[in-house]
Amino acid sequence: MSKLERKGLTRRALLGRAVAVGALAIAGTGFIAAPNAAWAMEVSVITPEQMATLMQMARDIYPHDQVADRFYAVAVKVYDDAAAKDLVDAGIAALNAAAQAQGHADYLSIGWEEDRVKVLQAVEGEVFFQTVRAGLVTGLYNQKDVWPIFGYEGESFSQGGYIDRGFDDIDWL
Amino acid sequence: MVAKFDLNDDSVVVIIGTGAGGGVLANELAQKGVKVVALEAGGRYLPDDYINDEWESFGQLAWLDARTTSGDWRVAKDFAGLPAWIVKAVGGTTTHWAGASIRFQEHEWKALTTYGAVEGANLLDWPIDAAEMAPWYALAETKLGVTLTEGRAGLPGSNNYKVFEAGAKKLGYKEVHTGRMAINSSEYDERPACQQTGFCFQGCKWGAKWSAAYTDIPRGEATGNLEVREHAHVARILHDDSGKVTGVEYFDKDGNLHLQKARIVSVAGNSFESPRLLLNSASAMFPNGLANSSDQVGRNYMRHTTGSIYGIFDKPVRMWRGTTMAGIIQDEARHDPSRGFVGGYELETLSLGLPFMAAFLNPGGWGRGFTTALDHYENMAGMWIVGEDMPQATNRVTLSDTKDQWGLPVANVHFDDHPNDVAMRNHAYKQGMAIYDAVGATRSFPTPPYPSTHNLGTNRMSERPEDGVCNKWGQTHDIANLFISDGSQFTTGASENPTLTIVALAIRQADHIAREMAAGNL
Repeated sequence: MSKLERKGLTRRALLGRAVAVGALAIAGTGFIAAPNAAWAMEVSVITPEQMATLMQMARDIYPHDQVADRFYAVAVKVYDDAAAKDLVDAGIAALNAAAQAQGHADYLSIGWEEDRVKVLQAVEGEVFFQTVRAGLVTGLYNQKDVWPIFGYEGESFSQGGYIDRGFDDIDWL
Repeated sequence: MVAKFDLNDDSVVVIIGTGAGGGVLANELAQKGVKVVALEAGGRYLPDDYINDEWESFGQLAWLDARTTSGDWRVAKDFAGLPAWIVKAVGGTTTHWAGASIRFQEHEWKALTTYGAVEGANLLDWPIDAAEMAPWYALAETKLGVTLTEGRAGLPGSNNYKVFEAGAKKLGYKEVHTGRMAINSSEYDERPACQQTGFCFQGCKWGAKWSAAYTDIPRGEATGNLEVREHAHVARILHDDSGKVTGVEYFDKDGNLHLQKARIVSVAGNSFESPRLLLNSASAMFPNGLANSSDQVGRNYMRHTTGSIYGIFDKPVRMWRGTTMAGIIQDEARHDPSRGFVGGYELETLSLGLPFMAAFLNPGGWGRGFTTALDHYENMAGMWIVGEDMPQATNRVTLSDTKDQWGLPVANVHFDDHPNDVAMRNHAYKQGMAIYDAVGATRSFPTPPYPSTHNLGTNRMSERPEDGVCNKWGQTHDIANLFISDGSQFTTGASENPTLTIVALAIRQADHIAREMAAGNL
């Protein structure tokens, strides 16, 4: 028996442990559990219009046309909360005021993304914008269900790493 | 049998911090029969505990206690409370490090002599040189099992490396290889070979990467001469009327304050916590903090001139697969002032997972310029710049008005880029983008520095006591039984990842301390 085997550090022993860890991760609570698609407009504290505005903001701040609305919804649902209501009320009012100052009825009614971006640029120094933007960095991109859309494979330990699964399979250089 | 020492045992060496400096020093002393109490602010995590998920792992391992920032560096704006990405755990940042293990170049030990005086920089020669360090580097390379040294094979090249190497060769670079890495290319020292899992920064779950957490620390404990106390946050170092240190006060995890007596104290808490502790230990005898008659404690903070370059291609790269940093170009590490700056830089492969790429690609950025880059994450290749930055007296760690959970003033970290740093970074960005363009990148971009992982210089070594905090042994100029054992003792930063040098210095320091103790000088 080698020293590695005695210490349980062989590849086989480590893989055995990894399977147990992987099962735990699946059964445990994830960072954010993606809900079903019935998220739309189901709000309890803020208004449906405010939620729709937050959704549009999220899509305009980090626009990925291949990422469905439900992922953005997961990221902004946190604002449907009494603790966030004042921030949302004031922030969206200021956003709509900025839209009106640029000749629009309100933010949501603007048809083209580039025109909405101009409105967002007018408020990007405000706490509301920065809170929503910073929240999206983890709220959107740390959803495990989003990763495959970008091709990211997440952890690989439970499958033995990439040593036999393409760490050096590039064929176009 | 793990040792247990009495709080009143004043024959022990107390080491504060258990990373590349403190963890190695603790084991080396214990192997020589010296009794050691190592105090570690964090908890103990081993390969089974590591999490291959960037944010979850960050929550598990990173030092998240409060710090404040100032200065013109972008980190102060983007990550105001997080100037460093380092680890609070047994083994310290050897859990997180990428494994790059390269020696300083000969001229880098003599920065002032080689570069001459640079306006605004506080350059100094080290009081030691390449010849002095060569045997200690050899011991460090053996300890860490560094690839491409002592006949050990290199790691195999990953997809990210292959893109990097092909571009480098098209530009005519010659010194391009998979790096001298403390990551096993085959079984070594009871640790398995790298399985190309890709989460080097989150702690190696295979144990293929050297970390003090599962090598030096348990081996030191096995001698019966080392006791590691986890969740022990040192508040203050105490001294007697003669000016010698006598012990340390620390908080345990429940907030109870203890006093551990000591014969010798070694400070190894990384370049923010080490000077912070010396400053927080001010007394009537030492009103400016311990070992600070030179007023150099906290000054000359260096973080390497860094930044990243990412290239996007029309076909997949999948840079996250495989060893994160097994790839280096060393041609630009030379000193060649014709490039418009003194010193040099290394280029090393790097990748981040999607969550951290979103956080670090362009912090604060938004809109399609940002998201169209992320859309091609699968087709991205990445590299990192590690260059020598200039020590500046005003780049420094001071005590902040902010207090931590123990009521102690936290470190404020002030950093302004020196013009030499900016010129070097811009040169490296241009070369890095050219490397990717040479192999068909459809888009490439420079990414700003991340929170610092290489924190150096805030208790620097100097020949003369007025120029620095410690001598060539890491012994403070002012207090004979107080030592500096981490990267804060660096006189200058050189262009190499610092861990191998920290380990070599720790092995050498242990030899010195044990010899001086035996001779009755300490």
